[in-house]
Amino acid sequence: MKIKLSQILAHIVLILGVLLMVIPIWLSFASSTHDTVTILKEGMKFGLGDQLIRNYNEVLNEKGGWSEEVTAAKMFINSFIMALGIATLKVIISAMSAYALVYFRFKLAVPIFWLIFITLLVPLEVRIFPSYKIVSDLGLTNSYTGLVLPLVASATATFFFRQFYKTIPDELLESAKLDGANSWRFFIDFLVPLSKTMIAAMFIFMFVYGYSQYLWPLIMTTSEEYWTVVMGMKIIFTESYEGVALPRTAERFAYIILSMIPPVLVVVFLQKWFIKGLIQTEK
Amino acid sequence: MSFLELKKVTKIYPNGTKAVHETSMNVENGEFMVFVGPSGCGKSTLLRMIAGLEDITEGNINLDGILINKVDPSERDVAMVFQNYALYPHMNVYNNLAYGLKNRGISKEDIEKKVNEAAKLLQISEYLQRKPSMLSGGQRQRVAMGRAIVRSPKIFLFDEPLSNLDAKLRIQMRLEIKKLQQKVGVTSIFVTHDQVEAMTLADRLAVINNGLIEQLGTPIEIYNNPKSMFVAGFIGSPQMNFLEGELKNKTLTSEGFEINNVTSDFNGPVILGIRPEHMSQTDKGLINLSVDLVEQLGSDNLIYGEIKNKKDFCFRCPGSQIIKKGSKLSLNINDNNYYVFDKSNGNRVN
Repeated sequence: MKIKLSQILAHIVLILGVLLMVIPIWLSFASSTHDTVTILKEGMKFGLGDQLIRNYNEVLNEKGGWSEEVTAAKMFINSFIMALGIATLKVIISAMSAYALVYFRFKLAVPIFWLIFITLLVPLEVRIFPSYKIVSDLGLTNSYTGLVLPLVASATATFFFRQFYKTIPDELLESAKLDGANSWRFFIDFLVPLSKTMIAAMFIFMFVYGYSQYLWPLIMTTSEEYWTVVMGMKIIFTESYEGVALPRTAERFAYIILSMIPPVLVVVFLQKWFIKGLIQTEK
Repeated sequence: MSFLELKKVTKIYPNGTKAVHETSMNVENGEFMVFVGPSGCGKSTLLRMIAGLEDITEGNINLDGILINKVDPSERDVAMVFQNYALYPHMNVYNNLAYGLKNRGISKEDIEKKVNEAAKLLQISEYLQRKPSMLSGGQRQRVAMGRAIVRSPKIFLFDEPLSNLDAKLRIQMRLEIKKLQQKVGVTSIFVTHDQVEAMTLADRLAVINNGLIEQLGTPIEIYNNPKSMFVAGFIGSPQMNFLEGELKNKTLTSEGFEINNVTSDFNGPVILGIRPEHMSQTDKGLINLSVDLVEQLGSDNLIYGEIKNKKDFCFRCPGSQIIKKGSKLSLNINDNNYYVFDKSNGNRVN
């Protein structure tokens, strides 16, 4: 009896948690299938409406923005490029710098590591003006390089990779050396495959981080061509209609639902690696 | 010129610890050399210097006529089996064996041939597609050896490879290593702290203590003729009994008995060493032992007791002999098989 009661309680808590997570998303989705008038009159809807295709089609293909130059589809591509670039480069750079810090004995390895670590205290928002100055001096405003490059160094990921490499036994390196692996081969043939779950985890975090950047692209871009999804959320389907026509609430819900898809896809894809890594202890 | 030559090799760590002192030795082609000593004596350091995993502070190492002090480990053509095997966890057994060959730019067909040969020799052909985590301790051990064999190196280096196995498997693998080495005929150096392993495997044995080679010779030479108290105590199981005594004009007085005509001109305080297996029971023997404890091993009995001031004196007799706790035994030393050491420095004097 006791076990049953606690099980029921646990399930109630879990179900409540699930509802808390799912209801807002479902509400947004259901509302995005109605037309704006219905939502404005009756509030958010739980049931599905009949405007799904029209709303989503409109969101993806209608030109918006100040000068009506950019479509939501273009913004998705921009965001995807930015997040992918940031996540990929962050993982590569962090893994390599951690490799240098752990495996190459040079005098300043420890101070350098702490210097990298301290940058955690200086997030982009704090150094946004110097960063902007540098990027604009380099002529990188309004470019993908400018969107990605200032965000690719990561103290967090470097730290995690460093901690992981430190757990790899020295004998593995020595054995690889005797087998004729140079330092580059050791990195590619050993550290990368051994840390693939780590890489997957870091990639997910960094992708979501890059995808949800708001301030940096906002400052960086003056051309609508480089707008990202998160910026669009503030701007699209609102300003041009304010005071003139009805706010296009249904389309905005559709836009929100679409904006959630890329990070979810990344998690779903890499989850396999995650679980695989958790089941097989390969060390 | 010997196959492997160590000339006054010294290792001093950056923090000032001297791990190996001016060690010189020669290892002949095809020989099975064992370094044995207590933990921290420098035996592994010496091995790692031969492998190239530690820098040599002073001295020279020649392998096959080439000075290898500054040669990169990958180009020394040595193979090493590590204590925890250091198998590559993300590669299957086949790739574990093939990795070193791939790095040497050997063609795929040749690699396959060599790996299959080595796998057959070690009876691991069925496991080639498995990951190391799916293998048992003994199988991992074999893979580690396979990785060494497959490259046909100039020399095998074993760094306590059996210490992670259980007692039964250890004896089995010990035999297999010895057989394999005889079959393949590659010069080998084996590091261990286990004197039974050392005795059974070695063609020649180097007993190392505090970074110095105390004695170098065949196992039987070292067993029969230890040069110092350390070697005498380290080689042989159960350990040699040590009794304090005084040597004067070839007469040794110790713990209530005397030995005459000792072949030594030494005078002064000494330590007398007697192996438990070098005594037998008689009517009126030299040594009177009052038995405290009997360990029955089946084939042998180990009798522990007291003689005058010395406790835990050990005597070994056949298992068929029934000896009760509390009884008194009278023992003689067989064929003058005793060892006399200078008490001040532990050197043998008889």
